[in-house]
Amino acid sequence: MKTDELIALLASGEGPVDRHVLARRLGQALLVGLLGAVLLTAALYGVRSDLAEVARTPLYWAKLALPGSLALLALWLTHRLARPGVRGGAVWGLLGVPLLLVWLGAAISLYGAPLEVRTELIFGRTWRTCALNISLLSTPVFVAVFWALRGLAPTRLRQAGAAGGLLAGATATLAYCLHCPEMQVPFWGVWYLLGMLLPTVLGAVLGPRLLRW
Amino acid sequence: MQRTHSQDLLSARETQLQALLLRGLAGDALAYREFLAALAVHVRGFLRRRLAQRPSEVEDLLQEVLLAVHNARHTYQPQQPLTAWVQAIARYKLVDYLRRYALRDALHEQLEDDSDLFAASDEVPAQASRDLGKLLGQLPERQRLPIVHVKLEGLSVDETARITGLSSSAVKVGIHRGLKALARLIRGSDHDENR
Repeated sequence: MKTDELIALLASGEGPVDRHVLARRLGQALLVGLLGAVLLTAALYGVRSDLAEVARTPLYWAKLALPGSLALLALWLTHRLARPGVRGGAVWGLLGVPLLLVWLGAAISLYGAPLEVRTELIFGRTWRTCALNISLLSTPVFVAVFWALRGLAPTRLRQAGAAGGLLAGATATLAYCLHCPEMQVPFWGVWYLLGMLLPTVLGAVLGPRLLRW
Repeated sequence: MQRTHSQDLLSARETQLQALLLRGLAGDALAYREFLAALAVHVRGFLRRRLAQRPSEVEDLLQEVLLAVHNARHTYQPQQPLTAWVQAIARYKLVDYLRRYALRDALHEQLEDDSDLFAASDEVPAQASRDLGKLLGQLPERQRLPIVHVKLEGLSVDETARITGLSSSAVKVGIHRGLKALARLIRGSDHDENR
């Protein structure tokens, strides 16, 4: 087939292109994935019984703010990296802001605590399972976001995969907050971040393989 | 040579091509065809410079890039410079191609060359060595028939739906998926030749 013929083929019979397909596809993936993560949380771990009470405390919202802000940044990154010629750029750097804040909060809380309870502040009662639970809960969003990315056109596959993985990890952490009883900032600063890091690394590893087009 | 183009000329080219693409995305098939034809001239020049050692494959890769541009066209947003968008696709396909042939290191320096895509041009098509028509024949029927009827024979989606017994939306989906599958077939077929 000559190039002219290919061009004629590509151009003929095409209707208008939906301008919002990028946002819609990512939105659908996120919605379905998040729903899956919430259902998984409820089914596997159960919703904490005092949720209605803790939801009225600022500390609970501070706890949600960590994965919430990371999820928004990861969504922004994914939206950028799904398009050719758009870099993650400074948005990668912005990820440092919630990290620094949670570590600052953790440092303050550890500094103000008596020596013997510091270990308790970091490890809580669920450190063995926390990161793995979050990683497991990230599966629905991970699958859905990779599906969305495969319908888009990422050209930096490793970065796009990492952004998608972080989005999955951060939204999974949000869902896990329905269950997780730990209310210590140092705990979040270690185990929540580790839980989000695992799917991010997985995304970076799988991106070049799964997102090629 | 072509690099003496002034910045004004390049940005005029950018504006002109972007206007054609935007009209194409809004459903103007003629403008879209004109866009692809004009783009092909630039991408051919861009690739020819970077594949100096393998001139016979420039046209194959050009066709691959054009197919990729078409398959990714829904990711173009009007506020983005068209050059950056197209160049990223061309570069991605070039790197992918070089990786398939494990030539990446050998050609690394050419890849670093970041000169403007629209500064390159080459209007002389070469013979493509790979026949996309044959690859098209390998697609499953529900993708191949919509492409053949709508895109090659120029029938409408509704007419094609009547002939094939598919629904109109299945015809559209078949075209969309078929062109993406074609891009995968290209990559797969090169892979086989490479073995």
